[in-house]
Amino acid sequence: MSRIDLQKASSKGLKELLGHLLGSGKVSAVFSLRKDPETGSYDLGLITEEAGLETVKPLAPVMIANAGQVLSSFAPSAEPIAVVLKPCELRAFIERAKREQGSLENILTISMTCGGVLTLDRVVSGLDSDKIGDYENHCFAGDIHSETRETCKACEYFVPMNADITVSMVGQKDAGTKCHIYLNTDLAKEMAKGFGPDPVEEDFDNSLVEGLASKRAAEKEKLYGAVMSGKGGLDAVIDTFGKCLGCHGCSRVCPICYCMICDFESRNFDNDMPYFEKELEQKGALRLPPDTMFFHIGRMIHMSFSCVGCGQCSDVCPADIPVASVFKKVGEETAAIFEYVPGRDIEEAIPVMVFKEEEFTEFID
Amino acid sequence: MEKTFVPRITSFLCTWCSYTGADLAGTGRMQYPTAIIPIKVMCSSRVDPVFILKAYLKGSDGVFLGGCHPGDCHYEVGNYHTRRRFAIVKKIFESLGLEAERLRLSWISASEGPKFARVANEFTEKIIEMGENEAKKKIFL
Repeated sequence: MSRIDLQKASSKGLKELLGHLLGSGKVSAVFSLRKDPETGSYDLGLITEEAGLETVKPLAPVMIANAGQVLSSFAPSAEPIAVVLKPCELRAFIERAKREQGSLENILTISMTCGGVLTLDRVVSGLDSDKIGDYENHCFAGDIHSETRETCKACEYFVPMNADITVSMVGQKDAGTKCHIYLNTDLAKEMAKGFGPDPVEEDFDNSLVEGLASKRAAEKEKLYGAVMSGKGGLDAVIDTFGKCLGCHGCSRVCPICYCMICDFESRNFDNDMPYFEKELEQKGALRLPPDTMFFHIGRMIHMSFSCVGCGQCSDVCPADIPVASVFKKVGEETAAIFEYVPGRDIEEAIPVMVFKEEEFTEFID
Repeated sequence: MEKTFVPRITSFLCTWCSYTGADLAGTGRMQYPTAIIPIKVMCSSRVDPVFILKAYLKGSDGVFLGGCHPGDCHYEVGNYHTRRRFAIVKKIFESLGLEAERLRLSWISASEGPKFARVANEFTEKIIEMGENEAKKKIFL
């Protein structure tokens, strides 16, 4: 592993690297978060002209859509492209690639040690440079910013697992004035040739992220303790998801939910008239539309073990249900029985696609 | 007079093993409770894990899955997949604090009539002990 050190702010340094890649023709496009100069709003952009890079904000603490999900729509790419993803977006993309919704072919992945992203509410109400500066101060000091997503505060996978290039942000005290770019793979070294000062041979300094890791672990315990009012049970499940409007927004923004036609939006589980009659006879009343719990727990069955905990679902929920917290907690437990970590390794098969002959005897009576 | 509780246990039985095992229990005149409501499926892996959830939420007091012993699946590997899916459902139930004990997966071969009767009795007793599924009374699901 080698590292390039630049004497300028991290975002500026990364922008220059992107400019080098695009300018030298090593990549034909750059995919990154950008800020529209006219409207001031954030979006994801695929940029082919070097001039277009002026608008990119590759390190902004914003997640408009999970970029891993968006990237699927044009990867595999015919020509090499450089993509800037947050660690969870990269993991999401790998999970999608496992489901044949994209491929890492021709893609140079750039990620960063991530201090979390600000909630969507916070982002749409406008982010000035003071706010970004405040966020960066927390991030560079290895602290949790209070306005980041709940799942970000509790995220332990903020060091990218398999990015080609990693920009050091968390705990990197001088990141505001210096840029440290780690080249993790041969591809990265090849791509960065001719850019900046000569790289120094050095491994990633784990002591930078240890502080935040322990803070996040404590936050996670707190968050999981509060899920389902802390006790669980059918009443708590109803309490939690009872506010659901049935918009299915959480599944639409979920990078793992890739089905074109969702099982829960199909007619597969529609109820017929006799069902309603029978229910009414027994209960005297019925909540409509029915099957709210069925949708949420059903979705857990389908994808929880691949949940990367990006928090997009909680952010879009119009009823403020902490969807992501529940899914992250449940997902971690389902993944744990398979010793699976979503997005860790593209070679690692999705748990439901494989089996061993001898396993899970404890689940059989 | 107090009404005695007769549970309803939705039972998915694979046609090659467990269903035939249930048949054998019948022809062998072995007694097992009427609580077992058999649904014949071609393979235990035909049971989409959300069927289990659906049965539970719609008020089944228990959900039972019967399949061939590992290695005996008529389709070679179906029951291995069933086992993984079942483990996921069970884990999610545990994680949410729902009653995971109401779900059961057993391997019962075509020749195991007595085992079928035993499992049916055991499971029914356990469900009676646990009482009614509270989801039955919930308006809001």
